[in-house]
Amino acid sequence: MSTDHATPTSPILVTLAWLLVGVPLAYGLWQTLVRASALFNG
Amino acid sequence: MSVLDKQAIVASPGFSRWLIPPAALAVHLSIGQVYAFSVFKNSLVASFDTSLTAIGWVFSIAIVMLGLSAALLGTWVERSGPRKAMLVAALCWGTGFAVGSAGIATGQLWLLYLGYGVIGGIGLGIGYISPVSTLIKWFPDRPGLATGMAIMGFGGGALIASPLSNRLMNLYDPDFVATEPGAVTSGPALAQTFVTLGVIYTLFMLVGAALVRVPPGHGDDSTAVHSPGTNDALVRASSAIRTPQFWFLWVVLFCNVTAGIGILEQAAPMIQDFFREDGTSTVTAAAAGGFVGVLSLANMLGRFVWSSLSDRIGRKPTYVMYLGVGLVLYLLLALFGSVSPVVFVALAAVIISYYGGGFAAVPAYLKDLFGTLEVGAIHGRLLTAWAAAGVAGPLIVNGILDSVGEPGNLVAADYRPALLTMVGVLAVGFVANLLIKPVAETHFDQDAHAAHEEHRSDRHQEALR
Repeated sequence: MSTDHATPTSPILVTLAWLLVGVPLAYGLWQTLVRASALFNG
Repeated sequence: MSVLDKQAIVASPGFSRWLIPPAALAVHLSIGQVYAFSVFKNSLVASFDTSLTAIGWVFSIAIVMLGLSAALLGTWVERSGPRKAMLVAALCWGTGFAVGSAGIATGQLWLLYLGYGVIGGIGLGIGYISPVSTLIKWFPDRPGLATGMAIMGFGGGALIASPLSNRLMNLYDPDFVATEPGAVTSGPALAQTFVTLGVIYTLFMLVGAALVRVPPGHGDDSTAVHSPGTNDALVRASSAIRTPQFWFLWVVLFCNVTAGIGILEQAAPMIQDFFREDGTSTVTAAAAGGFVGVLSLANMLGRFVWSSLSDRIGRKPTYVMYLGVGLVLYLLLALFGSVSPVVFVALAAVIISYYGGGFAAVPAYLKDLFGTLEVGAIHGRLLTAWAAAGVAGPLIVNGILDSVGEPGNLVAADYRPALLTMVGVLAVGFVANLLIKPVAETHFDQDAHAAHEEHRSDRHQEALR
């Protein structure tokens, strides 16, 4: 399994992994901010 | 050797540790859905033609099962490794939705209890602790930041699930409009929503399982070298629960969670009651809903911000802040919260950020006390404090409020006894935190400690060469 040669993880994979969790989280945050704004407008 | 075994997921040289937080987040964002369960309440009551209390049991069973499974299966999770644990968590969580859906489709409430409550609850417990130990091993320099990111995901999961569920219910039942007060969706639409969520969450968690790796040297428990805690402590879970430190920390978590639930449980009616004049509240129902949103954001952000801060200022001072400053803020809320809505919202938001932060920094606190040897299993046992607070918190708050009237028809002064009780609860936690001292050497695991000493000696020799 392990190898003597270091194979750096592709930055693309790291970016994709963060996008996969970041996009839904940003959607949830946005929806909650919209909901929370009612506190200041309501 | 299976692809699920720990040995099979040892990271190759060059592997980026920044893939581990998204792997953990994929799991925590999924299981965090449990805190958005209330979005189904009205529809479930209508579908089963039963009481709100009967439906409320579904959530309660899930949280109790979370605590029990984390405590009982923590050692298994530690030994099996994060991939196998995440896979089992994904299957339990997905199966929980599927069985729950069958219960809704057939009108069998017990199937919903068994599915979402029991099976899903086991998925919650395993999923919650599955990435924690791995994160701490990958980020020994910043364990608070690492676990804060994952546990922030648990808070964030609810923020995603609530609008997502409403959209799905509207998709399967176009007559359902979530913004209409008391809106309910049909049973078939509810069952389809459960199945869809189960599939989405299972796939999402499987991505986390595929991404996760253990650091080099951690594929075999018998030869792994662990990071010790204060005073070189390396303690097994079975020994940790015999130390006063574990139980003081249990009390700390219990008190912090109980106090947070004191506000979360009644947030919407509470803000309306605090600003009621001549029987009418100056805070509208929409604004009260916005207040709940603000608390959700504070809960999520507190998990990341305060837990990261704990890496800089230390775990004990962080909990002094949660409990000590929290106690003062609670007191201010009880005495002066009705002065203005801005003061009320600001105080409540900081208190809830401490509630979230208490969950997020606790694995790092355990690492400081007991080392990384079985920190995941110890964390699992500590989560029984969460389950206990989940029962005690609402009992205390509702018990006191019931004696004065019904939330939604009260005034600020009616909340004072409940809030002052929570000040007392925080004071108990504050003292418990101050009593936490480094663990005595008698509790250390001799084999792990010897392996660590040998490793340190080898590195010292290498440095001299």
